[in-house]
Amino acid sequence: MYTVPLPRIGTDLAWRDAAKRLIGAAIPPEDVLWDFGGEMGELFATAAPLPPPSRRIKAPQSFIQMADTVVWHKDPQRFARLYAMLWRLRHETGLMQDRADQHLAKLRQMEKGVNRCKHKMKAFVRFRDLRQGGDRRSFAAWFEPTHHTVEPTAPFFARRFADMDWMIATPDVTAQFVDGNLSFHPGQPKPDLPKDGAEALWGAYFCNIFNPARVKIKAMTSEMPKKYWKNLPEAQHIHDLIAGAEAKVQKMQDAAPTIPPERAQRIRRQLRQQKGDDQ
Amino acid sequence: MTRMALSDKLAILSDAARYDASCASSGTARRDSRDGKGLGSTEGSGICHAYAPDGRCISLLKILMTNFCIYDCAYCINRVSSHVRRARFSADEVVQLTIEFYRRNYIEGLFLSSGIIRSPDATMSDMVQIAKRLREGENFRGYIHLKTIPDAAPELIEQAGLYADRLSINVELPTDNSVKAYAPEKNPVTIRKAMGDVKSRKEVASEKSYTGKRGKRFAPAGQSTQMIVGADRSTDATILGQSTRLYGAYQLRRVYYSAFSPIPDATAQLPLIKPPLVREHRLYQADWLLRFYGFGVDEITAARPDGNLDLELDPKLAWALQNRALFPVDVNRASKDMLLRVPGFGTRTVDRILSTRRHRNLRYGDLLQMGTPMKKAQPFIVARDWTPGALTDSANLRTRFAPPPQQLSLL
Ligand code: SF4
Repeated sequence: MYTVPLPRIGTDLAWRDAAKRLIGAAIPPEDVLWDFGGEMGELFATAAPLPPPSRRIKAPQSFIQMADTVVWHKDPQRFARLYAMLWRLRHETGLMQDRADQHLAKLRQMEKGVNRCKHKMKAFVRFRDLRQGGDRRSFAAWFEPTHHTVEPTAPFFARRFADMDWMIATPDVTAQFVDGNLSFHPGQPKPDLPKDGAEALWGAYFCNIFNPARVKIKAMTSEMPKKYWKNLPEAQHIHDLIAGAEAKVQKMQDAAPTIPPERAQRIRRQLRQQKGDDQ
Repeated sequence: MTRMALSDKLAILSDAARYDASCASSGTARRDSRDGKGLGSTEGSGICHAYAPDGRCISLLKILMTNFCIYDCAYCINRVSSHVRRARFSADEVVQLTIEFYRRNYIEGLFLSSGIIRSPDATMSDMVQIAKRLREGENFRGYIHLKTIPDAAPELIEQAGLYADRLSINVELPTDNSVKAYAPEKNPVTIRKAMGDVKSRKEVASEKSYTGKRGKRFAPAGQSTQMIVGADRSTDATILGQSTRLYGAYQLRRVYYSAFSPIPDATAQLPLIKPPLVREHRLYQADWLLRFYGFGVDEITAARPDGNLDLELDPKLAWALQNRALFPVDVNRASKDMLLRVPGFGTRTVDRILSTRRHRNLRYGDLLQMGTPMKKAQPFIVARDWTPGALTDSANLRTRFAPPPQQLSLL
């Protein structure tokens, strides 16, 4: 029996390295226990060292890509499921194309969950200005992802916000970007971030870009689930926007047509003259 | 006059911008700022940073430079004859709002349009200046969409394309007659000419010259347009016919349909109806079928004699019910084209079927396992252990899908 410790930071590489060694030594899935972030405790700590790395192990590119994503899922079974799939792939070539295989379908579903979580993180992180002075501006955010997605998503923020320093703190892992260097640190409780005046402007925008004549609440919540709202400054307005929508539309419909302002006539006359001149 | 606070301007000028349906930020050239000398990135698919309670994606800071306008388009809140409060951003304000919102990860970039002030050229040139400052002054590498003004000089449109990812010119209404009736200062011929100019500039930019060098990038995310639905009496057949011509002639990336919705201080010319949201949705579905599923306009609009889409059923299902003789199709043998016509099957489902059927003879359960939505497809397919029997031709098949008639309530 092998127990494989996997760290919270660098989980992807650690899993891949261990899986290669184990497959190389033909260790069947039932002889492997995966211990993420020391969650199993002392009980299983005494385990045989992993087999040495052996000849080059091959796996389909599509599996490697899928595994690189699935390792960040929160399901404790993810590592075992991946290893079981890798084990079958030794003999079942073409398995990756079989969308009807239920084990593969489950992994694909997990992959989708992680990808969605990554996408939502790119969308919903909200930075606050730390106003620290210096050459580079610095910002920080608190975020609570569903899966372990800080590490695989941080490079996106590094590509986008490269001329500023930033930190994304989560309960799980904290990403830091300082002077162009990205690093990861253990998670932390919610930090006290300074208030940011831009949030009021953003709120004003959110309220006014909304069209009260087209309320579609389900369309909103399916893409922006409520679990994210507590960290989105604009979400505090949602309740009032929905509550006031009908009255607003009614007011527009009830209003009697008005007489155009005087300048309208003047401008129209000018325009007509210009058109006449052009012809 | 007292100066208006920035947040008041923002409120007025985003309120005025919300009737533009597009907020897309996808499909442009890849850029990032890894060199540390700029701000922003674009990577294929854009991101929706928030959703408003109208279910629409908020991806860009969508604002008007100003809502003063010398034109008098009946459907528009900014028309010269309306009493709406007016405001105007300075260039600096637009640049700062864009950059500060972007740094906080609220947006993918800017969608700037404007009412027409002084003249079309003056307005367009102010908009181009803002885009230029973002790109050159701030080294902004995020997304920029400029709504161009059709009557503006071609040189200005050319400059706009150098700074913007996307350009759009709204055709506004589905027919030339409607444009004349409701947007008297606009000229449909000028609008089409401007779209034609954008198309040919884009082509020139992508050709290599004899030295092998490419021209400067021009609007890498292409151009799009918008049509208002439900303000005039055009049928869906007319609307979709117009879209097909536009897609073909000007290589548009997207045609947006915007259900005409009540505006404050409306004109007596246009009644304030409830926005036809279902119709708008059906038009988007039909548009999709035209572009990615090999359907023709006449096929989609043939189901009803009045030239409108069936509001109760999605257009593919409506078509299948009209063409039952072609069904059921065998998922284990049918061609890709035919699979794409099965109600409920999307392009991704069809790809999965094609790759999986090389490994196994598909059963009903396999399709479920692959995540295929079977409720709609059931009557139209044959699988190894499934045939719909008489279901395909049953007289009440439509009622399985159409929503039940609305319950009457007491007055
Ligand atoms: S030109 Fe017409 S549609 Fe555009 S802002 Fe002016 S009134 Fe509105």
